[in-house]
Amino acid sequence: MSFFGMDCVRKKERELERKLRANDREYNLSFKYATNAIKTSKYNFFTFLPLNLFEQFQRIANAYFMFLLVLQVIPQISSLSWFTTVVPLVLVLSVTAAKDATDDINRHRSDNQVNNRKAEVLIDRKLRSEKWMNVQVGDIIKLENNQFVTADLLLLSSSEPLNLVYIETAELDGETNLKVKQALTVTGDLGDDIEKLADFNGEVRCEPPNNRLDRFTGTLTYAGQKYPLDNEKILLRGCTLRNTEWCFGLVLFGGPETKLMQNCGKSTFKRTSIDRLMNVLVLCIFGFLAIMYKMATKLPSLPSSHSGPYVIILNTVVPISLYVSVEIIRLGNSFYIDWDRKMYYARNDTPAEARTTTLNEELGQIKYVFSDKTGTLTQNIMTFNKCSINGKSYGEVYDYTGQRLEITEHTDTVDFSFNQLADPRFVFHDHALVEAVKLENPEVHAFFRLLALCHTVMAEEKKEGEIFYQAQSPDEGALVTAARNFGFVFRSRTPDSVSIMEMGKQCSYELLAILDFNNVRKRMSVIVRSPEGKLSLYCKDHLNEFAGEGLRTLVLAYKDLDEEYFNQWQQRHHEASTDLDDRESKLDQLYEEIEKDLLLLGATAIEDKLQDGVPQTIEQLSKADIKIWVLTGDKQETAENIGYSCNLLQEEMNEVFIVSGNSPEDVRQELRNARTSMKPDAVEDSVFLPERTLGKSVKVLTDEVVNGEYGLVINGHSLAYALEHSMELEFLRTACMCKAVICCRVTPLQKAQVVQLVKKYKQAVTLAIGDGANDVSMIKAAHIGVGISGQEGMQAVLSSDYSFAQFRFLQRLLLVHGRWSYLRMCKFLRYFFYKNFTFTFVHFWYAFFCGFSAQTVYDEWFITLYNLMYTALPVLGMSLFDQDVNDVWSFQHPQLYVPGQLNLYFSKKAFFKCALHSVYSSLVLFFIPYLAMCNTVRDDGKDVADYQSFALLTQTCLLFAVSIQLSFEMTYWTAVNTFFVLGSLAMYFAVTFTMYSNGMFLMLPSAFPFIGAARNSLNQPNVWLTILLTSILCVLPVVTYRFLLIQLCPTINDKVMFKVRQAKATPPPPTRRTRIRRTSSRRSGYAFSHAQGYGDLVTSGRFLRRPAVSRSSGFTHIGRTTTGFSPMGRSAGYSPTGRLQNAKVPDVEVTSLQMYRTIKDPAL
Amino acid sequence: MMASSYNAKDEDGHITVTGPGGGTLRSKKPENTAFKQQRLPAWQPILTAGTVLPAFFIIGLIFIPIGIGLYVTSNNIKEFEVDYTGVDMSSPCFNCSQNFSWNSTTPCTCTIPFFLEQPYESNVFMYYGLSNFYQNHRRYVKSRDDSQLNGDMTSLKEPSKECEPYAYHDNKPIAPCGAIANSMFNDTLELFYNDPNGTKVQIPLTNIGIAWWTDKHVKFKNPGAGEANQNLTAVFQGTTKPLNWRRPVYELDAAANNNGFINEDFIVWMRTAALPTFRKLYRIIKSPSNGMMPTMPRGNYTLEVVYNYPVRSFEGRKRMILSTISWMGGKNPFLGIAYITVGSVCFFLGVVLLIIHHKCGNRNNSADISN
Repeated sequence: MSFFGMDCVRKKERELERKLRANDREYNLSFKYATNAIKTSKYNFFTFLPLNLFEQFQRIANAYFMFLLVLQVIPQISSLSWFTTVVPLVLVLSVTAAKDATDDINRHRSDNQVNNRKAEVLIDRKLRSEKWMNVQVGDIIKLENNQFVTADLLLLSSSEPLNLVYIETAELDGETNLKVKQALTVTGDLGDDIEKLADFNGEVRCEPPNNRLDRFTGTLTYAGQKYPLDNEKILLRGCTLRNTEWCFGLVLFGGPETKLMQNCGKSTFKRTSIDRLMNVLVLCIFGFLAIMYKMATKLPSLPSSHSGPYVIILNTVVPISLYVSVEIIRLGNSFYIDWDRKMYYARNDTPAEARTTTLNEELGQIKYVFSDKTGTLTQNIMTFNKCSINGKSYGEVYDYTGQRLEITEHTDTVDFSFNQLADPRFVFHDHALVEAVKLENPEVHAFFRLLALCHTVMAEEKKEGEIFYQAQSPDEGALVTAARNFGFVFRSRTPDSVSIMEMGKQCSYELLAILDFNNVRKRMSVIVRSPEGKLSLYCKDHLNEFAGEGLRTLVLAYKDLDEEYFNQWQQRHHEASTDLDDRESKLDQLYEEIEKDLLLLGATAIEDKLQDGVPQTIEQLSKADIKIWVLTGDKQETAENIGYSCNLLQEEMNEVFIVSGNSPEDVRQELRNARTSMKPDAVEDSVFLPERTLGKSVKVLTDEVVNGEYGLVINGHSLAYALEHSMELEFLRTACMCKAVICCRVTPLQKAQVVQLVKKYKQAVTLAIGDGANDVSMIKAAHIGVGISGQEGMQAVLSSDYSFAQFRFLQRLLLVHGRWSYLRMCKFLRYFFYKNFTFTFVHFWYAFFCGFSAQTVYDEWFITLYNLMYTALPVLGMSLFDQDVNDVWSFQHPQLYVPGQLNLYFSKKAFFKCALHSVYSSLVLFFIPYLAMCNTVRDDGKDVADYQSFALLTQTCLLFAVSIQLSFEMTYWTAVNTFFVLGSLAMYFAVTFTMYSNGMFLMLPSAFPFIGAARNSLNQPNVWLTILLTSILCVLPVVTYRFLLIQLCPTINDKVMFKVRQAKATPPPPTRRTRIRRTSSRRSGYAFSHAQGYGDLVTSGRFLRRPAVSRSSGFTHIGRTTTGFSPMGRSAGYSPTGRLQNAKVPDVEVTSLQMYRTIKDPAL
Repeated sequence: MMASSYNAKDEDGHITVTGPGGGTLRSKKPENTAFKQQRLPAWQPILTAGTVLPAFFIIGLIFIPIGIGLYVTSNNIKEFEVDYTGVDMSSPCFNCSQNFSWNSTTPCTCTIPFFLEQPYESNVFMYYGLSNFYQNHRRYVKSRDDSQLNGDMTSLKEPSKECEPYAYHDNKPIAPCGAIANSMFNDTLELFYNDPNGTKVQIPLTNIGIAWWTDKHVKFKNPGAGEANQNLTAVFQGTTKPLNWRRPVYELDAAANNNGFINEDFIVWMRTAALPTFRKLYRIIKSPSNGMMPTMPRGNYTLEVVYNYPVRSFEGRKRMILSTISWMGGKNPFLGIAYITVGSVCFFLGVVLLIIHHKCGNRNNSADISN
């Protein structure tokens, strides 16, 4: 650990190529590659204090108070004692420091935990258990099943045949299906022979550390031979080894140089826009006062040395209590988030957590939400929900009147106890299907037999009866599991057989061919010979058009094959598959040929479970004018379908553009085309707001209004071009015109780049939400990062600012907590500046009457206590409790969120307005008492226009005026607020009378010179009449102005509040109009994660061909459905009206099954 | 644990809570209190026509009568003011103001005749008024030592630094120290009534009861007060008078209870004014005990001024004011006018807002909220 803890920043010579030799530490150390230790912490014991203080003083406020403190230490200048500034400053600094320290200790802990994980490392020809942090580049390490990959490894050998390993990459790219990696044969032969491995001295030359997850180039030189290395042979840190007993790997990159860490992004100190605005305002105020001071000193006839009171004035315009209060308010509002029961998820006992307490008000200003898909929008669970067998649908639950029941957690589930091999986690609600199975209905049996046979799932049965399935795609696993539970248990497979348990009877089918899935055919088939010797083809086909409730639908069909024909076909198939050119199309032709004249068995519906309430949440958020972009590592089809099922993309959209060009020109053209069709008359200029003068002048892209609603789907490789400097604006313009944007196949770093792009050119607040390590970079990049907690892999949560368990809580976080926080903070700031400006301006007017001597118009005690005691609690109370309308109404009118996005409540304009308001108030507060008191006397002829009485009068007027003003700001009077407001006034009088009492004076005559002022002037009727007059005059224009605003151009808040008031008598049950189940129009929005499986691998001993990573470009079907489906759209078998609908089944199915050419089944 | 891969990030409903200490199964569900759930019962007032308009009318209805009352009261107060600064050549005090010197031992006297149009009943209060005198200047206001004035012996001998440069003179502490005391008003004003029959009757002026009770009895004390047979001269031994004073502080008045720091003229002066134009109570003319006669009948009067106080250097003005008082103090029509004005404005605004509300308000409020 270096002393300054800046390893990560230290620039060393740029590495151009990595060279390393296995089992040769000495050689590898000469390159000074990073070890496998990671460090995310910022400080160590010695650097904490200086670094932390340095960071804290970068906040303008802290620096400003430091400056004030320096001024106050100089006795000639100061009239207030230095500790009035020191105490709060130290308090603020130490609280922040303590928080930073705990955060950093947590990071140290998690670093330590990770660094001290054990890995088996081959050292000195022996396997030794070593800590992760001691693993070095060039070491050979052994991984076992379910272990995390220690570093970026070159896979050498594995326990599985063909040197395969299965890994889960969810942490890296969010995809949960297993991926296969395969070692070179030459290294695979090493096996687990320690001697051989220790002798292995291959040399690797490869690319330097980088963040590209999908690419790797390098060469291995071993035994004089050169072998090319690509991504297929690399295990990346962050992955988990699955279904593989062991494997050996050679460490290529360690710790900070691994691709995972390179993708992590930088954590930056986040500040809210209000913070930044406040900094600007404080600087302005400071400058303004400096000018005033300059002017004041230039006035003639002034004695010297009157800068002291100006320090007081500085102290009161921007007092430290402002910053303390802001922190308290933020803290309080953070606690509300922690305490919210409606953001608590009982399933895994996770309450919401505000991990950062300084960003709350920003939650009320979010304009862009960037969401991950897997684990965030979807639960990543595929469930077998419904099926239709032989025209009869199963899966719905009806009550005795025939009404369909909503399936909830409490609905009865089917008892699978008859089947010992059933998966206890499988849940099904319709008893009819089990009955049908038990009654040995042949169609039902054939249906499930197909499900048990036609797949590429691998089974793992470690103990008798405990079967684990390993599927390339989650929905395949779901189907096989369904079959398993209904009595057709897939148990094991060999390359040429499949063993299943049919209703308790062991059967073995000879597996003759697998016609694997690909994206063009969208179907897979198997050809098997049953134990009875019958030759059959089983086929399942994805129905893209089969719309309805967003269920992913597979149609199942089979046919018996003629032995002769099959033999002939198989011969051709063999020829085709060994053909060197045009193999693909030839095979496809063959497949097409045999998958004809099938017999329909039925259809299945699998649900890729969305998280609860996702569509509603997205609809709510888009009503609140929040734009949602989905950034996912997943495939385009899956992303699109989820886009539909969660209401992001809609049928009603005018168009959904797909950008999937493979060259910069294509991408640019596609983006241009999209924009032209959205806005034909788009002007090229004038898209930028006028450049800002303050701060860094960055161009700000305006929001362009388009008619209609559009969606945009962009692919990862296109996005790479779109994010290039020359095209980013093009991309951003197009994307921002669309209502929904989906980026698929994006790398973690691209996610961050997209977020940064929006941050850079849009003056908008962004929020990123995700759950996995692949979301960390965007969570860090966005203004606000939200982590989905309660699941495995906490990286996202650890780097997030807020965390909760369910995506749907986002609407509560934003529409309720965020909105209130923003409202409260803005009200606080407006009121705080108002009350302190008013306070100060009165001084200013008095200056004209006291020879510009900076004589304070109030008692010095009042000045000290004004912000501390008299006005602190009421405004804090307001900022902690205020709510314009309650949460139910906030949900009902998501438009209430819009003012926050537009920065309406606190901006420079609002600030200027409240300064103007204070000028008026201060004029009233000074001149009314002045005119009322000049030349007047008490009712016994004695003095009342003396300085002390006048001070008392103005300060009392001021306090009444600001308290009444507060009452008008406050819309939510709890008992606490009332107590605070009245209590503060009472406190003022109590303190004043105490300080002006004989006793205090006699104790310290020079500290309490105002003796008797209260008694002698507050018993005068004209004093009270003056107070009343100033109070009324101060609020009169405010009330008039606000009333007129409400009458003439009411804001959305006014309208809703009025509506609430009208509804108060009979609070309407929150009719959730948002709870739409628009199944009718929703396209099949189902997870389309089916991918080419292990078919090749399973059937042949052939060398494994990897599935093409992205054949998706051919998949262009999107947008409107093109089928002749009834608008009801429900797949006939699953309609809510149930059985009646079944009559229509034949029509529907025929239409959609046209590709099957003929349907022989007489039952249909 | 190796589950089937299709629910790798399983949420299987198991509630597995393992606390750091080995796992207590206390749920982390937040408490259901009104405070934590932000459901505290509250009153939510909003500005509606039903509240704002009546409030305007009521304020108007209350303020206008109060204003009229105040105005009438103020108008009934009789006040007479005479400027005796002596700026004009014609002014009787012109000579005194021109020839003023700090060192002159012979006081300059001037006589100003004036005529009271109306008789002044009950107690009449006599004020001196100064203009352009910044008694509220910060450095001036601070230049006093309240401990010394409260009779603290230590402060008497060692005046506070605040009094600088009026703390010491000739190495002797100044009592009372500071700029305020040093600049004490020291003109002597006397009033004579010119009887219609030609005699000049001096009007008795009371100089007791012109300061606040708290000032006289709490804030200001002579050093060594409370000791039996205190001798002010002895107490103030070792101190020196303020530079501009003609007499030491213990010779301000003959009466023992009005001498030294508790001299009421001194106390009144020490209560610094808030504004550069101010008046201070000088004397009270008590109404005759029989009550039949006005305190000051209509007629000719003479003001005799012993002109000690120079104001020419800062272009100040000196006035003598005679005033009666009422329950609301001295004559000041401002409050009355202000109340009438504010009341009328409220009433007027109420009418205007009512019209606006009728014309546009209903339309807007009932307008549906577009979704």
